[in-house]
Amino acid sequence: MMAVEARRLTRYFGVQAALRQASFAITPGSCVALLGRNGAGKTTLLRLLAGLQSPSEGTLTVFGKDPLMPATRQMIGFLGHGSGLYDELTAEENLLLAARMAGLPGKRERVKDWLRRVQLDRVSTQRPHEFSRGMRQRLALARVLLSQPKLLLLDEPLTALDDRATAIVRDLLSQAQQAGATILMSTHHLSEGLQLANQVLLLHRGSVSYSGERTEVMLQDPASVYALCGEGA
Amino acid sequence: MNAFQATLLVAGKDLRMELRSKDSLNAAIAFSMAMLVLFSFAFDADAEQAREIAGGLLWLIFTFAGTLLLNRSFARELPNDCLEALLASPLPAAGILFGKAVSNAVLLLAVELICLPVFGIFYNIAWTRQWLPLLAVLILATWGMSVIGTVFSALTVHLQLREVMLPVLVYPVLIPSLLAAILLSAHLIGGQPLNGDTYAWLRLLVGFDVIFTLLTGAVASKVLVG
Repeated sequence: MMAVEARRLTRYFGVQAALRQASFAITPGSCVALLGRNGAGKTTLLRLLAGLQSPSEGTLTVFGKDPLMPATRQMIGFLGHGSGLYDELTAEENLLLAARMAGLPGKRERVKDWLRRVQLDRVSTQRPHEFSRGMRQRLALARVLLSQPKLLLLDEPLTALDDRATAIVRDLLSQAQQAGATILMSTHHLSEGLQLANQVLLLHRGSVSYSGERTEVMLQDPASVYALCGEGA
Repeated sequence: MNAFQATLLVAGKDLRMELRSKDSLNAAIAFSMAMLVLFSFAFDADAEQAREIAGGLLWLIFTFAGTLLLNRSFARELPNDCLEALLASPLPAAGILFGKAVSNAVLLLAVELICLPVFGIFYNIAWTRQWLPLLAVLILATWGMSVIGTVFSALTVHLQLREVMLPVLVYPVLIPSLLAAILLSAHLIGGQPLNGDTYAWLRLLVGFDVIFTLLTGAVASKVLVG
């Protein structure tokens, strides 16, 4: 069974098609770099997969199930542009809330473990608005990862992070992949994204331009990816 | 997680956040107190007149105070895209809506219970003679207002003019419930027990709550995901 399968997936906003007739499949356990220029449809695709919107046409399944069903969302971890963290709650309370939402056993131990893994255990009683961008992103990732989702959807997780924070996030994603998670990650950081990924899904004006293996050529010259959709770097 | 557990979880989260920030609670209480004081000077009513206008006056204040609370219900999820995270969680949509409705109802009831003694003092009315049925009316009408207001709060959360749109959409739907609450409250604050005529209004209030609670559960997914 495919982790993600989209057939002729289309999503309109008014008369504008953000995604048009997109068909692709993602095998379980792969790490996919979702690439494309601004407005290519990356965020729309991630939101459809997270069950935040429904397709206008076509079908979309996550491990063979409809992403709009709560049972399917149990398998999905979604981190959008925002951190999804409540500024009124402490770091620990934010993670505890996420653990309760996911109905996880051993919540407190799990939360403490994740705070340690993202190196925020010493500030667990502080609130996210007191954190730096990198700390918030690590906490946001911990919020998503603590339920050990089978499909991880990340919308530009490396944006505005310094090299140290990027390295931590990259390690967390590598660990998640080794644990068997399928990762679909949109990014404009071509070099970082392609290093992490073993597959590439390239969108161009809402359509799939390329879906397949990440090649050595892409690693050596990341900007050449856009040549696959007929664009220059 | 079933809808009931999700309701408790979301209600607990919202109440905890509101008790920490007190954004909307302080605004609603301050507004209600100001209105009670202003009306007491404006009408200068004797005890009998005050009893007659009590229901309308109180529910006018509760409805406006409720709007202040309801406006924040989903708006507090907007910073950091918390609404996306909430909707992408495995919680059932009905649990999210009912959780927020319970939280709004608890906060509005708290405002109402603070207002009543102040009302009694400023208008010189002994409102406690039928306190138990009055409490039942407050709970029933507040739940109706909260459940409908929460649905419309979700529908208007992304609108720029949501503070204006919410009351415009909610008040017309609330008219039957508010009518019943006003008549029943005036009756009970006047010290009269519920009787044949007033039971009809009470049944209307219960029926209104049942219908809109069931409707909310039925349309929850459509309201939140569209």
